[in-house]
Amino acid sequence: MSEIALPKIDSSILNRKSEIVKKLSKLTNIENVLSEADELRPYETDALSVYTQTPLAVVLPENTEEVSEILKYCHSENIKVVPRGAGTGLSGGALPLQDAILLGLGKFNKILEIDYKNKCVVTQPGVTNLGITHAVQHKGFYYAPDPSSQLACSIGGNVAENSGGVHSLKYGTTTNNILGVQMVMMDGTICRFGGKSFDQEGYDLMGLICGSEGLLGVVTEVTVKILRTPEVVRAALIGFPSIKEGGDAASEIISSGIVPAGMEIMDKALIEATDNFSKAGYPRDAELLLIVELDGTVSEVNELIKKVEAICKKNNCSSLKLSNSEKERLSFWAGRKAAFPACGAMAPDYYCMDGSIPRGKLAEALLEIKKLSEKYELPVANCFHAGDGNLHPLIMFDGNDKEQLRKTEEFGSEILKTCVRLGGVITGEHGVGIEKRELMCEMFNDNDIQQQLSIKKSLDEKNLLNPGKVYPILRKCAEEGRVHVHKNKDKFPDLPRF
Amino acid sequence: MSTKIKINSQIFQDSNNIYYPKDESEVSDLIRELYKQDSPTEIIGNNSKSFIGNKTQSANTTSLSKISGIINYRPEELYIKVKACTPINEIEKILNENNQELAFEPIDFGYIKDGKSNKGTVAGYLSCNYAGSRRFKVGSVRDHVLGFKGVNGKGDIIKSGGTVVKNVTGYDLSKLIAGSFGTLVALTEITLKVLPKKDSSKTVIIYPSNLEQIYDFFNKLSSSSSEISGAVFVPEQSKDKDFVTKKNSVFKFNDLKSNISFIAFRVEGDKISIEEKINNLKKELELNNSEISILDVYQSEPFWKKVNNLEIFEKTEHNLLRMVIPPANGSKLCKHLENNHNYFVDWCGSLFWIEVNNKKEEKIKDLKKMAKDFGGYLTVIKTSSEYDYGEAIFTVDKVRLMISEKVKQSFDPKRILNPGKMYRGV
Repeated sequence: MSEIALPKIDSSILNRKSEIVKKLSKLTNIENVLSEADELRPYETDALSVYTQTPLAVVLPENTEEVSEILKYCHSENIKVVPRGAGTGLSGGALPLQDAILLGLGKFNKILEIDYKNKCVVTQPGVTNLGITHAVQHKGFYYAPDPSSQLACSIGGNVAENSGGVHSLKYGTTTNNILGVQMVMMDGTICRFGGKSFDQEGYDLMGLICGSEGLLGVVTEVTVKILRTPEVVRAALIGFPSIKEGGDAASEIISSGIVPAGMEIMDKALIEATDNFSKAGYPRDAELLLIVELDGTVSEVNELIKKVEAICKKNNCSSLKLSNSEKERLSFWAGRKAAFPACGAMAPDYYCMDGSIPRGKLAEALLEIKKLSEKYELPVANCFHAGDGNLHPLIMFDGNDKEQLRKTEEFGSEILKTCVRLGGVITGEHGVGIEKRELMCEMFNDNDIQQQLSIKKSLDEKNLLNPGKVYPILRKCAEEGRVHVHKNKDKFPDLPRF
Repeated sequence: MSTKIKINSQIFQDSNNIYYPKDESEVSDLIRELYKQDSPTEIIGNNSKSFIGNKTQSANTTSLSKISGIINYRPEELYIKVKACTPINEIEKILNENNQELAFEPIDFGYIKDGKSNKGTVAGYLSCNYAGSRRFKVGSVRDHVLGFKGVNGKGDIIKSGGTVVKNVTGYDLSKLIAGSFGTLVALTEITLKVLPKKDSSKTVIIYPSNLEQIYDFFNKLSSSSSEISGAVFVPEQSKDKDFVTKKNSVFKFNDLKSNISFIAFRVEGDKISIEEKINNLKKELELNNSEISILDVYQSEPFWKKVNNLEIFEKTEHNLLRMVIPPANGSKLCKHLENNHNYFVDWCGSLFWIEVNNKKEEKIKDLKKMAKDFGGYLTVIKTSSEYDYGEAIFTVDKVRLMISEKVKQSFDPKRILNPGKMYRGV
């Protein structure tokens, strides 16, 4: 396990464990409170499995009132609480604390209402992202944000992290696709922001909660917008002889006025890795591979494909393949979706970074990463959500070699700092959590961070809800920030990660 | 030298005692000084929307109108970074030259204020968060803000967000600032997402025969995979001659019969797909035997400008309300409004602009209750000169007020910025 600074443990809480467990058992069904070592083990970490902590106890309430009573009790007794959805987060946002209750929302797993007239679904937070689409797709609707873990990640967790996905340039992230939330504050107050109508009057508290990484409240109900499934979706698979030509083509597609549903870039290292791994039929001679997905009506998509084709040819693409069936479209994505396990097959360990950069800086960023890769003598493969500028470099290393681990950490940190230097940010969609906490000061100065802490303090005065996450504990920038996967043992090996 | 004089000597103040800080650091100095003095200030931009909201009780007025100018426009990156009080017109002009636009369609409140165009500034838009007809498709102003810089109530310069679409670094304060009516920060810099303009547009007009049909159409339109980017309903209201006259003069288009109730919906894209979408929608709405008219791009564009300028309520001396509800309840609301109040419906059935005669002000209370019962909200956008503020401009429940007070406290502990503009205590 890696070491990380966590809030000081309150030993008086540890000493009161049996009393706390007893009280919690009165606030919900007794079987919803877990306190034995073997019961707690599955909750020791989230998908950032390099860090583990055993929580004081796990409580799995069944309704909002129970959440409220539990939080009220913890608030009055100064007991810290870490909320958890499906535990698929990649930044350690749901890492337990030894003196904290882990509040799991797993039993909130029902869709409460499907309202086609108002184009929305009211759901409990434990329902999976894909579960919502599954519930409405027979009527031709879907929920737009599609994080790669959508099979397992919960919608409540999506709200906490403001999750994106490959389609966020056109359809936005979670914050743009939810209409309302019900939330419980640390003192037990139940509140409702928004509903089924657009926007809300007054402060956009729903907007504040979305992406707040479980620091401001526990979401107990979410109302999401559903969209009509597009008539046609087609993809193009385009190879380029150089990073620059491929990057320029991606920029030109955007500046020509096309808003693709998705646009992905992979570098040579990743093309080879994924093609070896999933036999996707990618052009192995290409230095850069671009996947462009377009959706709309038949003639709309045909028109867009023509434009994309022309731009790619102008930028000297070396190969260009269009999907002519749904099966073929999915085959284009197969390799891309296997990017993470493909890297896992090439090295004992890999770290996944998650920075955002301006689209036009891609070539610059990739060249910089290449230089760093040579400097640290560690191989790296890159995938990039070119539509929205979200870069995922995957650094390959051997975690048993302490020196390599140290170098990887430095390498990762330098990549994120490069993203900031190029006008981007340290996290595009994985969240800050504990992982990139100390890098916050790369982006924000003291005033900025103090303002955010001051909001936290105003809504959770005692700092009991998910303490130690997002904001630096040490007032210096540490060399951290990555997702570590050992021997391809991702906490969720079956989830595609892109 | 007294502190008051100290401020004056540094920052330009006009004969109406309005401060005009000329850059971010002057805004910071000014607010820091006001914070020390416990002396609140009203924050204004170009005064285009200052009539919206409660009157602030402030000893000072700060105009941010000099904080203006485009900082960085990157068409290929789909963003524009501007100083906060850059006029919307200036931004729209440069975007237009690059075939881009602010997709949320800024409403021009100048027409209801005094009959003249005045779109005001970006900061004003962000502070109100009122988007135009395209809202149901592309989101509101808050969905197009990538980041901002501003000065909080203590005089600290703070920032949040950036220039990239995907960003989950820290709390998303841009959302909180949207619709906060200047009560949290004095904005100095804003980065907006911009989008390509569509090649062309057409507007289809249909004439529903009864109220039930309207929402049946709206529902089918919003359920279609042939996406539309605007849908309004304008009622007949035959009993109100003035309204009918106004309606006929505003919506005077060759291909539109404005004397009867009509629904207008907009289809955008390249020319071929526009035709395809219109044909699909005609089938889905079963319009093949109905009378329809189609506004070509030369009529379609001005039509939606008039809608977004609220020209139908130009220079209104009555109360103008903005009600947003889930569309499934729209039919009931239309029934209530018919021949009672003048109104029109936007956002494919969700947004109601309602004019309440100054002699019927007590009706605002009923409408507020209705908005709440329907799961929506109502804001009094413009008040008549006799408005007695018996009914609050904004509505808030107890819990949200409590949280709003806490949030306000975290930005502006001494309530220096626009106190009372939204709610008492905030």
